Amino acid sequence: MKDKEAKIFKIDRRTFLKTTSISATGLLLGIQVSCTSTSKKLRGDASANFSPSVYLNINGSGEVTIIAHRSEMGTGIRTSLPLVLADELEVDWKQVKVEQAVGDAKYGDQNTDGSYSVRMFYPVMRKAGAMARRMLEQAAANEWKVDVSQCKAKNHEVTNANGDVLGYGYLADKAAQLEVPTEEEIVLKDPKDFKFIGKKTSIVDLEDIVTGKAVFGLDTKVTGAKVALVKRPPVAGGKLKSFNSDAALNVPGVLKVFTLEGSGFPVQFHQPLGGVVVVAENTWSAMKGRDALDIQWDHGVNAKYNSVAYVETMMGGATKAGKARRTQGSASGDLAKAKGKVVAEYRVHHLSHAPMETPCAIAAFKDGKVEIWAPTQEPQWARAAVGGALGLEEANVTVNVTLLGGGFGRKSKPDYVVEAALISKESGFPIKLLWTREDDIQHDFYHANCAQQISVGLDDNNKVSSWQHRSVFPSISSTGNSSATHPSNPEISQGVVDFPYDIANVSCETNEAYAQIRVGWLRSVANINHAFAIGCTLDEVAEKRGVDPAQNLLDLLGEKRNIDFAALSDDFWNYEEKLEEYPWDTGRFINVIEEVKRISGWGKEMPAGTGIGIAAHRSFLTYVACVVEAKVENGKVVIPKVYYAVDCGVGVNPERIKAQFEGGAVFGTSIATKSKITVKNGAVEQSNFDTYEVARMMDSPKETEVLIVQSNEKPTGVGEPPVPPFTPALCNALYKVTGKRIRTLPITV
Amino acid sequence: MSKYSISVNGQSVEVDALDDTPLLWILRDNLEMTGTKFGCGKALCGACTVHLDNVPVRSCSLPLSAVGDQKVTTIEGVGAQKLHPVQEAWMAEDVPQCGYCQSGQIMSAIALLNEKPNPTDEDIDEAMSGNICRCGTYVRIRKAIQRASKSINS
Repeated sequence: MKDKEAKIFKIDRRTFLKTTSISATGLLLGIQVSCTSTSKKLRGDASANFSPSVYLNINGSGEVTIIAHRSEMGTGIRTSLPLVLADELEVDWKQVKVEQAVGDAKYGDQNTDGSYSVRMFYPVMRKAGAMARRMLEQAAANEWKVDVSQCKAKNHEVTNANGDVLGYGYLADKAAQLEVPTEEEIVLKDPKDFKFIGKKTSIVDLEDIVTGKAVFGLDTKVTGAKVALVKRPPVAGGKLKSFNSDAALNVPGVLKVFTLEGSGFPVQFHQPLGGVVVVAENTWSAMKGRDALDIQWDHGVNAKYNSVAYVETMMGGATKAGKARRTQGSASGDLAKAKGKVVAEYRVHHLSHAPMETPCAIAAFKDGKVEIWAPTQEPQWARAAVGGALGLEEANVTVNVTLLGGGFGRKSKPDYVVEAALISKESGFPIKLLWTREDDIQHDFYHANCAQQISVGLDDNNKVSSWQHRSVFPSISSTGNSSATHPSNPEISQGVVDFPYDIANVSCETNEAYAQIRVGWLRSVANINHAFAIGCTLDEVAEKRGVDPAQNLLDLLGEKRNIDFAALSDDFWNYEEKLEEYPWDTGRFINVIEEVKRISGWGKEMPAGTGIGIAAHRSFLTYVACVVEAKVENGKVVIPKVYYAVDCGVGVNPERIKAQFEGGAVFGTSIATKSKITVKNGAVEQSNFDTYEVARMMDSPKETEVLIVQSNEKPTGVGEPPVPPFTPALCNALYKVTGKRIRTLPITV
Repeated sequence: MSKYSISVNGQSVEVDALDDTPLLWILRDNLEMTGTKFGCGKALCGACTVHLDNVPVRSCSLPLSAVGDQKVTTIEGVGAQKLHPVQEAWMAEDVPQCGYCQSGQIMSAIALLNEKPNPTDEDIDEAMSGNICRCGTYVRIRKAIQRASKSINS
């Protein structure tokens, strides 16, 4: 659980100057926030500690610098969190500069993952802004010798009743002399006075991106840097048997060839897979050199892994009783006497993240210190992992965070950053480490493949009386721990245990499975598999009951209520939050279903050959309902329109929320209609975008309409929640036109 | 290694490289122009799109030896003096999410509008489907192209 209480204090200037490049004059505030990092919990690292997470500086010319400590991978977080602070501070946004933080525990949690950033830091940022505003007002009050209550900060200046005006630049130094106000003295803005929160603001990097100036992973100029590529074992956990580097060393520009130690299997997320390194003057020489390597591998323990066959093995587990994760009444007993039944099996294969920017990093090791420039979602983990691998104190490891060319969970894992650092140390050069697309697709941390069976019983009154959901998939934990043979509580609470429909007999079960390749988290994680199976089954239930699919969802949800899942299952997980803080509120869930019905004109006459489908799913504490219109043309799925209704509490930057949903529908289109990773004899069969297909413009929804529910509830994330309900809504729409139920992804029509 | 003289964004530059070096790596490694991105290395994703005599090409798959005296234009070249209407439209529609593919998207869009100032939806699909955006900004790319088309034709 996260404690979001913030402590705010003034910072010693010398400390500040040591840690950032900006000139630190005027008012300088640090904020301490206590947050337990989820990922650290999962990794079993040290628990929560207090450390400053955000720095704010107003200099004598009134320029405001806000340090972004979360990584920008396309969600707009580098804009949205500074915006929250800026709103409370009453600044002119044009005078704000955003600077990216290096990886350092003093910033608090920097793990940009799990749709956490806004949820975790919205209250902190507001307090920080309000605190600084109060100090500027007090400084003005002292100048004018009036009470602070007569001074009001607005748009970068403080005014009083006499019409006197003092700018933030003038006041900054004076404010810096004041005591930090107490919590009681801070007054947060009335939400109706927000000038940025809830309004449209473009991202701070917009012009740099459209002019090609934005700096991504390999764009930093580092003098003397050479390029490195690694030939990794084709099978995860494989080892080098022998190799011949003669031909590689004959390629002009190739400088060195050497081996990189692998960690075997199970493998830790931060450890390289090992292999043979080629260092060259330039990228092309490195590529040609690597192609010229002659390598023999020992494929190791996963040499017999065949992923398609393994889905069938897992289906064996999904079609028999398993370990109970949630039990109410007796689903099996009810099913045995049910009047009507729906029983369906679902299959999902591995997926690769394939961000447009492949994993990459620059590392410069010199004199016992290393400086890194990397597109990483988790710079503190990268720093710790590099320190561990090179035997350096963290103080001697600097991790600069560049923009990320997409992340989707891949760039949380710092294995590639560690590779770059090890290669720099071994070669003696600053190193630009590039993963080719083939490296990326063949050596990812893949989305878990999955087998599920859902059995639903209907009683004499055509009501659903039992729901039995069995889900079998390799836990992410089993990548690094071979004894983790069942899904973890977080994984099984992404759709299965947190099933919100009001049914008397419920059984959620899992059976054994384990990773035989690196399995990791991919945008919305286990929700992908579970929302697909649940959303499609509910559509079948509607048909069986003879009711409208949207009405069926509302019927099954029953009365509006907060569900005490903690009482229903010991395995329930609420995305790191207490249910008292973030209830599972079926009222909000029902509302997004009603809203998506309204905006889509649900029940309307559809053109011949076009189907319409609905699904709803809460993930990462955000409530989402989705309607998809779809048809089949020339054997291809065509998606004219998608509608989303989302309740994410306060919508900080609605423009970017909408963008996440538009993009989520495209990410969903890839999962539903295009992408599939298969593993044969331990090696991934796909290698580039010709074999691992993702949605292109012509494949994607032509239009996506997003309704954001106006809300004063605490804000929750939107990076992942758009993805889960899209696929079942699409499948349900296609059923209307093809008459065929879809139970395996990707869809074949 | 061979010496070549090529024209990039209106300037003649000398490079010394292997003949088969893809233009992408000449731009990024030799000329330190990092606006053009690596995405796939096989002309499948469009992240590396530049213009060769105003025609869009995938620089990851175009050998240096094939450039000859054709003029190379990169993202750094299109808005050097003043933003191109396509770049302006990209900003007006808030197209980018992560932004990594957008140099290539913009270069493909400019080439499309050079050839077809009033593209249909099908023209846009056709011209842009070689450029992958994993964040999924396609609906905004389409709107931005339509906006730029209006701006160019007005």
